[in-house]
Amino acid sequence: MPAPRTLLDKIWDDHLVCSPDGEQPLIYIDRHLVHEVTSAQAFEGLRVAGRRVRRPEATFATPDHNIPTTDRRLPIADPISKQQIDTLRSNCREFGVRLFDLGDADQGIVHVIGPELGITQPGMTIVCGDSHTATHGALGALAFGIGTSEVEHVLATQTLRQSKPKSFEVRVEGELHPGVTAKDLVLYLIGRLTTEGGTGYVIEYTGPCIRRLGMEERMTVCNMSIEAGARAGMIAPDQITFDYLRGRDLVPKDFDRAVAQWAILPSDAGARYDRSETFSGGDVVPQVTWGTNPAQVVGVDATVPDPASMNDPSDRSSASRALEYMGLESGTPIAAIPIDRVFIGSCTNSRIEDLRAAASVVRGHTVSSRVRAMVVPGSGRVKRQAEAEGLDQVFTAAGFEWREAGCSMCLGMNPDTLAPGERCASTSNRNFEGRQGKGGRTHLVSPAMAAAAAVAGHFTDIRQWRYL
Amino acid sequence: MQPFTTHTGNVAPLDRANVDTDQIIPKQFLKRIERTGFGQFLFFDWRFLPDGSADPAFELNQPIRQGASILLARRNFGCGSSREHAPWALDDYGFRAVIAPTFADIFFNNCFQNGMLPVKLDEADVDELFRRAAAAEAAGHPYRLTVDLRACEVRDDGGFTRSFAVDPFRRHCLLEGLDNIGLSLKHVDKIAVWEDAHGLAPLQGGEIG
Repeated sequence: MPAPRTLLDKIWDDHLVCSPDGEQPLIYIDRHLVHEVTSAQAFEGLRVAGRRVRRPEATFATPDHNIPTTDRRLPIADPISKQQIDTLRSNCREFGVRLFDLGDADQGIVHVIGPELGITQPGMTIVCGDSHTATHGALGALAFGIGTSEVEHVLATQTLRQSKPKSFEVRVEGELHPGVTAKDLVLYLIGRLTTEGGTGYVIEYTGPCIRRLGMEERMTVCNMSIEAGARAGMIAPDQITFDYLRGRDLVPKDFDRAVAQWAILPSDAGARYDRSETFSGGDVVPQVTWGTNPAQVVGVDATVPDPASMNDPSDRSSASRALEYMGLESGTPIAAIPIDRVFIGSCTNSRIEDLRAAASVVRGHTVSSRVRAMVVPGSGRVKRQAEAEGLDQVFTAAGFEWREAGCSMCLGMNPDTLAPGERCASTSNRNFEGRQGKGGRTHLVSPAMAAAAAVAGHFTDIRQWRYL
Repeated sequence: MQPFTTHTGNVAPLDRANVDTDQIIPKQFLKRIERTGFGQFLFFDWRFLPDGSADPAFELNQPIRQGASILLARRNFGCGSSREHAPWALDDYGFRAVIAPTFADIFFNNCFQNGMLPVKLDEADVDELFRRAAAAEAAGHPYRLTVDLRACEVRDDGGFTRSFAVDPFRRHCLLEGLDNIGLSLKHVDKIAVWEDAHGLAPLQGGEIG
């Protein structure tokens, strides 16, 4: 009998092209997602070497990082941004790559449109020049971010040089309490795994708490694997996955046959992981980051920690630096921290369920007079769906800005940025110094927590929210 | 790709953990479509004050560290985004090697694609290098190290010698300055076999390479 294998083992074995003596193995890449910021130099490299894209039909592009989220009929004001978008367009034309362009109904954040269009499927290898490619692992794919040189390598060869990563089972027992979301769960896990606990590993999230999560919640969890250092996070496909994919544009025509193949992907009983850790979903409360990396996180019912209480000297100095940057005092209750801005969006939390959760909090309330708040849907489809459900009306009636799809203030490459010193409750994935704008102060939270903070003007425990 | 064999140069100590790629090269400089010219933006938000002048408090702005080509940092260097602009900026600024206890995976890969060597040493050894750098600088001269990829060794002229581990294939590619894509395309027949076995249509117009 063959040895039991993990989900990672199965995908790896199936994609191993060759493992020549003295070389790193070559693995086949099923889907390559491309955006404007990390691809121009790769296409230029192909041109210089006289190479072409090996599998244009496996390659999909969209502009997302560096685009305005205001009226799409207006030209892009920043000439350098415009050149980057124009370059993506001309590269896609020249090399035959399908582009979901600005103005296309299906344009959106690359990690939102991949699953949404059925480009992402279980058992696939998927790469993109973006570290949040781990998102696609939620559907049982092996998906990870790569650099621009590797983007060029994949374009030219449809393969990647990879040593097999180690496997890390993060098992979550039990279930989440009401008001506690997938975002809180993953922030909680990162807080315990640390920012580099997953380095060198692919995380497979398992256990009853994970099984109970819906498809979009699973995407939120896998999306932030990189913040714990893991290039990829994955969740074995199940009926929830198959139900999500059925009927999507680019799934296999013989869907039932595909499901039969996907159904054998989950890790075999007795399969061995290089490392395993177990957590309890019931221990998680709504989370708020207080520092400048996503592992610097506490529950909303806690206070800003004291660096002096930390054992590790490096943690201590990082925490002191972070508190200075964030303008926070140890011992301040998290719920007493006032905010200036709210951003609901990003590849972590801009899908329809995220917007529904935020809208249900906002409904009937008004954004605090001290807060400027915005909602940026993850894709054109998410935006239309939300509008069909009247969510845009809920947001705008409360005082939120309602924008076009893109990465927006998650990284602030476009005009959506924080001013120095502004404090933001953000549903994005990184609270690094200056991430949302130089001097900006980012606190990562769930969509419901961000919505509640917008109304209250400070962080507030969503478990006590007065829904209207 | 520029090869890396042995490099001797001055060390710039950056005593911070979790230095993320947003600090190495902030997003406002990712709009360019070239691979070159990013050095002027390296550590931009740390390096420059709001008025555009160099921040004298920032580690790399110390006069004694001008011209340094080996960056010494703490754990989890290069975490965050996959932007290859980070090694491009370090390289363009003049760094040829980065020494730290641990690196984030994507940044680590990206270095090797650009003829730049990331060296992992034990935390205690990195501590020792920080001490030696501080002592040298206190005595008024920069700290010099040799990073030798042939011998897989970091050494100074004061008795410090540590070997480091590196993947043999990556080492080979770096020593020879090999074009990774060209190397992979030698296996194009195996790629075609894989595609055929997985029901993908053969390529039109023959193979590339």
